[in-house]
Amino acid sequence: MIQVEHISKTFKVSRRSAGFLEAFKALFHREYECVKALDDISFNIDEGEMVGYIGPNGAGKSSTIKVLSGILTPDSGSCHINGRIPWKERTAHVKDIGVVFGQRSQLWWDVPVVDSFLLLRDIYKIPDKLYQNNLDELVNLLDIEQIIRTPTRQLSLGQRMRCEIAASLLHSPKILFLDEPTIGLDAVSKIAVRDFILELNRNHKTTVILTTHDMQDIEYLTKRIILIGKGKILMDGSLENIRKEYTDTKRLTIDFIGEDIQLVEGMKFILQEKNHGVIDIDSKMLTVSDAISILSSQVKLNDISVTGPSVDEVVAQLYQKYHI
Amino acid sequence: MKLYRRFFMIHLKSAFQYKISFLLISIGQFFTAFMVFVGVKFMFDRFHTVKGYTYSEVLLCFSIVLMAFTLAEMFVRGFDTFSHIIANGEFDRVLLRPRNEIFLVLAGKMELSRVGRLLQSIIILAYGINTCEIIWSWDKIVTLILMICGGTVIFACLFIIFAALCFFTLEGLEFMNVFTDGAREHGKYPFDIYGKKIFKFCTYIIPYTLFQYYPFLYLTGREDNKLYMLLPIVASLFAIPSIMLWKFGVRHYKSTGS
Amino acid sequence: MKKYMSLLRMRFISGIQYRSAALAGIVTQYVWGFMLILGFKAFYDADASAFPMSFDALVSYIWLNQAFLAMFMPWITDTDILESIRDGSVAYELCRPVQLYPMWFYKSMANRLSRAVLRCFPIIIAALFLPRPFKLLAPSDFGALSAFLLSLFIGFLLVVAFGMITYIITFYTLSSNGIRIVIIGTVEFFAGSIIPLPFFPENIRKIVELLPFASMQNVALRIYSGDIIGIEIIFRIVLQLFWFIAIYLIGNYLMRKAMRHVVIQGG
Repeated sequence: MIQVEHISKTFKVSRRSAGFLEAFKALFHREYECVKALDDISFNIDEGEMVGYIGPNGAGKSSTIKVLSGILTPDSGSCHINGRIPWKERTAHVKDIGVVFGQRSQLWWDVPVVDSFLLLRDIYKIPDKLYQNNLDELVNLLDIEQIIRTPTRQLSLGQRMRCEIAASLLHSPKILFLDEPTIGLDAVSKIAVRDFILELNRNHKTTVILTTHDMQDIEYLTKRIILIGKGKILMDGSLENIRKEYTDTKRLTIDFIGEDIQLVEGMKFILQEKNHGVIDIDSKMLTVSDAISILSSQVKLNDISVTGPSVDEVVAQLYQKYHI
Repeated sequence: MKLYRRFFMIHLKSAFQYKISFLLISIGQFFTAFMVFVGVKFMFDRFHTVKGYTYSEVLLCFSIVLMAFTLAEMFVRGFDTFSHIIANGEFDRVLLRPRNEIFLVLAGKMELSRVGRLLQSIIILAYGINTCEIIWSWDKIVTLILMICGGTVIFACLFIIFAALCFFTLEGLEFMNVFTDGAREHGKYPFDIYGKKIFKFCTYIIPYTLFQYYPFLYLTGREDNKLYMLLPIVASLFAIPSIMLWKFGVRHYKSTGS
Repeated sequence: MKKYMSLLRMRFISGIQYRSAALAGIVTQYVWGFMLILGFKAFYDADASAFPMSFDALVSYIWLNQAFLAMFMPWITDTDILESIRDGSVAYELCRPVQLYPMWFYKSMANRLSRAVLRCFPIIIAALFLPRPFKLLAPSDFGALSAFLLSLFIGFLLVVAFGMITYIITFYTLSSNGIRIVIIGTVEFFAGSIIPLPFFPENIRKIVELLPFASMQNVALRIYSGDIIGIEIIFRIVLQLFWFIAIYLIGNYLMRKAMRHVVIQGG
């Protein structure tokens, strides 16, 4: 469905001090500094896949999205989406994709949301029947029946985001790009948005590419993540494998009755209080059950819970590992 | 066309969300243009003619230029304010739509509150038509309409050129005002009153005189050659280099992404 | 006083950073001035006897008006002042230990000065070296020059004080844009920016010259070019002072009222 092969893009950042004269001179002669925004990027995404595309700010996420959506022409490499090269057949290509920018609105500020929808219907030349079907379904799933007759400016952020997503899907795109779709949303809206995306993917086999800093989005929605840093793809794999591979720590939280606990090598107190403690275990050195038996031999355990690291921690470790 | 109408309705609806503000701004626009008109009147009370042009002739010229500029500003506003569209990333959104970019930018913004100034220009035009000694045969009417249309195209092209430059730099583009606001202000008199050099500039560099001075000669009976009447159409060819520059800008944008 | 001066300085520094905008502005104003002079020249050629001032005086008037444009044009507004009124963040300003009127007064002064300082010298210098009749002539004597500078300064204060009133109006009407456009149009016209006041019909001019708008740049520019001379200079400058004090007091009064309005509304 999406095949990206060896795409590179270098931006020339012109080095000039601000000023009209400099700007004028720069028309004829410029000094450049080259920044590699994308450096030999390759990946394949199948139909119906949901992929989390993560990396720190400035890593090349938005450049990739721009290339995939046909806005940006890369220097080299090839990219085929549904058999088309995005930047060569822009108008045909963009009919197949939907893009949601979490921080930018595509709805008209001062008119009811449904007017924006009607405008999009005409822009995308969506047949009436299809439009009606899609609208009904989206309104239903996103629960925006009550609000689409309200001007956008009167909506809350969560309501607006749901309408934004609907607006991006009216033309039934095969691929949906979500750029930080849950940024700034309250817990209820976040969950509603995530549930909707899952539903969409299940019902329509829509391919979803998600960039976000919210790791809960990733955990909830995607099985696969692609990590990009400094323009390079650093890793591409399933979330579970990454978690296993990159994290060796398990965390034990215990309530106990008894005196001092003596820990063996591979165990470390994170928190030590009277009758309560948090202990990290290095799973390369000993197993969780070993650790529990060591503890229970010393004190009486009332309550015990074992947790793996959160996705946030995994990602933080990844960033650390690759120095990005 | 249907799509353009839908865009137009949305702009109209938005404008009516702020009825009072819309009305006040329209009145303000009307008033500002009125003050310029009073300025012209004061000048002619004192001097009666300038370079052989009478008061009502100048009013015709003034109203045509003002109307053309206002129409361009109302309907080509997207290019006039293009620096904002570039700066806030809205142009990416334009490129994500399966339609022609020029059309989308054009339809994406309209400044309907300029209707006040449009009204003022219509009043001045009506006053000019009423007091001048032109016998209104069909060819004069066609000339008048061509002058307005040609002028609108020229101003629209200037806005497009401004927008195209925005792809390369956002700094120092204020100088473009000389060609737009400047032509509106100083184009109220036929361009030949400003001397040969300015006149040449306004013919060969930016073809203002092709919609203003030359057809105006025909309109006021100073020239009988029917070709003069059609010059605004020639002036519209200015759109070709303007749009080429714009396309070049879009290509540049796509390869730099900023 | 010191805190206001430091505010003025900060504003000034941030203002002069926009060099490219200034350069583009200079080019624009230079061309604009040229076109105006050429236009008036056409009228002069049509009927020199009807010309109400000497052509040289008119040329000086136009160049100086362009050079000091940023100091006098009513359409130069402090967007952050307007913004702070519109979004209600003006309420925070009330918490600071400064008075709003003088603070804004200095702010707009600095805003205008920073723009004008960069632009006036290039325009004046370029205009001084043009050939006749486009040349900006030196003032007739030292007295005229100092009267010009004094009048320019008072006119500037008056413009800033007048601008304050337009800001205060924004407190009362949320859609103040339209009203501001009307005010701007009025000020421009009666201050002599569209055509200099001497070109007004005689009977209208007599009344207009007494209005506060005529005390803005009009007096200074005409003192420089020798259009206002002798005892009339003193009379005009006193009138300028009168209007400045009047508008300043009115602005202060309205500001206090507006503040009460804000407090009652709760911001």
